[in-house]
Amino acid sequence: MAEAAIQAGCRFYAGYPITPQNEVPEYMSRRMPEAGGVFIQAEAELSAINMLFGAAAAGARCMTSSSSPGISLKQEGISYIAAAELPCVIANVQRGGPGLGNIRASQADYFQSVKGGGHGDYRLIVLAPSTLPELYKLTMNAFDYADYYKNPVLILSDGILGQMVEPIEIRPYEPILDLPEKDYILDGCKGREARVIKTLFLHPADMLMQRNMHLVKKYEKICTELQLAEEYETSDAQLVIAAYGITARIAKGAVGMARAQNMKVGLIRPITLWPFPKQNFKELAKRIDKFLVVEMSNGQFIEDVKLAIECERPVEFLGCGGGWYPSAENIFEKIQEVIGD
Amino acid sequence: MAMKLARPETLYDQATHYCPGCGHGIVHRLLGEVIDELDIREKVIGTAPVGCAVLLYDYFNCDIIECAHGRPPAVATGIKRVLPDRVVFTYQGDGDLAAIGTTETVHTANRGENITTIFINNAVYGMTGGQMAPTTITGQWTTTTPAGRGGNQEGPPLKVCELLSSLEGVAYLERVAVSSPKDVGQAKKAIRKAFETQIKGKGFSLVEILSMCPTDWKQSPKQAVDFVNNKLKQVFPLGVFRDWDE
Repeated sequence: MAEAAIQAGCRFYAGYPITPQNEVPEYMSRRMPEAGGVFIQAEAELSAINMLFGAAAAGARCMTSSSSPGISLKQEGISYIAAAELPCVIANVQRGGPGLGNIRASQADYFQSVKGGGHGDYRLIVLAPSTLPELYKLTMNAFDYADYYKNPVLILSDGILGQMVEPIEIRPYEPILDLPEKDYILDGCKGREARVIKTLFLHPADMLMQRNMHLVKKYEKICTELQLAEEYETSDAQLVIAAYGITARIAKGAVGMARAQNMKVGLIRPITLWPFPKQNFKELAKRIDKFLVVEMSNGQFIEDVKLAIECERPVEFLGCGGGWYPSAENIFEKIQEVIGD
Repeated sequence: MAMKLARPETLYDQATHYCPGCGHGIVHRLLGEVIDELDIREKVIGTAPVGCAVLLYDYFNCDIIECAHGRPPAVATGIKRVLPDRVVFTYQGDGDLAAIGTTETVHTANRGENITTIFINNAVYGMTGGQMAPTTITGQWTTTTPAGRGGNQEGPPLKVCELLSSLEGVAYLERVAVSSPKDVGQAKKAIRKAFETQIKGKGFSLVEILSMCPTDWKQSPKQAVDFVNNKLKQVFPLGVFRDWDE
């Protein structure tokens, strides 16, 4: 993830140590100076995200990373950056919660990631990789999405992805979007009018409303253009597992086990959690019997699945919080139970 | 006859929203004059604070970013590290700098970030209507110290220059006031020296300015000036606390 960021032109990283993501700041502390960029070990998560606020305003591609309790602390700054429409990339290597929780993998920050997290009406683009090669690719893409939509992008991974070792091919960065010129940068007003980046809108009374409607239009555009999902063995499926991130990767194994028993099971894996790939879910709901949601939390992701299909099909659930993760066998057993019903 | 008191180019031709007798207007003027005199307006990026000076960008004709409460030093760090040849300043009040943002203040100073902080100490939360500030002096009445500070285990006032003067990353630290013509002259010199410190790449510079808040002190402008001269200066002695030049 750190190397992908460097390859994508990230030249500013600020972060605060927290397990299980310390490998990112450690790598950045070594690599960023080689790349001519800035690495700062901040005194606090709040400081780190606010350093990004400044770096993004100054025009740099910038990134921070943390894990669940640290991401909670960053929410103030994330709200400001989203309100100011500045681009940045934030990585959450999720651990168990609530509170200090534990340092095992978890997906319990789903609501925080896709429903806001900080104060006010705003959205983050949320990407959920399920393998390290995909993490590498999506990290690069994240910088493009951030610049293109002038919005913070959150990479939502977990303690398993954060700690596993897997071969990846280091590919050079290539932009996937036609990126707009950064016409908002604060770099001194030489030869132009002075610029202001602000998030306070007092007068006239409806100014904030208008500002928020501008954001709503942007979010609608993102929803139209950026719903990403992978479908696996869904063409003839009667039961489709819905899972994201590392859980989806495990679920793929369970789909293989079911297919070996001639059970018509498939998988849908959202790659963007916001915007949620509603279209894929709607299409599936027209032709399958049932969904089975698998998540490493106690029923968060399932709400968006039900909303996307407007409860037109039954949705079964296999999930648990606190650092539990399913094995392919666990999921297969659940598949047998659901199909046997 | 040449205009000696013309409006600095750095300030817009705009009446401020500050109350009669408030010190912000004086400090804005001094800051504008210094930026003009150093000819750095087109290289400056400032931060606007949460507090009475949040509308800084309505008055200053330079690039400005408005920050969350207490976070300007972190935001300024991000800007300065990306654009090291620009001149970056924060403009902060006592609650911003010495209460909710103490962490950012201390660590930005300790890293020796090459930025300049203009710190307005008026011993009260102005914007929110006169609550206790970290710099409210012992015995001072505020809306949240009805018995006077010290009556409810609030601790003594926090002295920012004294606190920061032990940090090696700090290059220039001076406390001034704007409560007399002589003080205003010295305040301008200090602001200029602080910006020169940054331009020469010497590290963190901060000017603490004792300032009047007649509205929240429930005083007349004249009484407020006297309060600074007779009370605040006793608790917060003026002077240079750190100077790379000496």
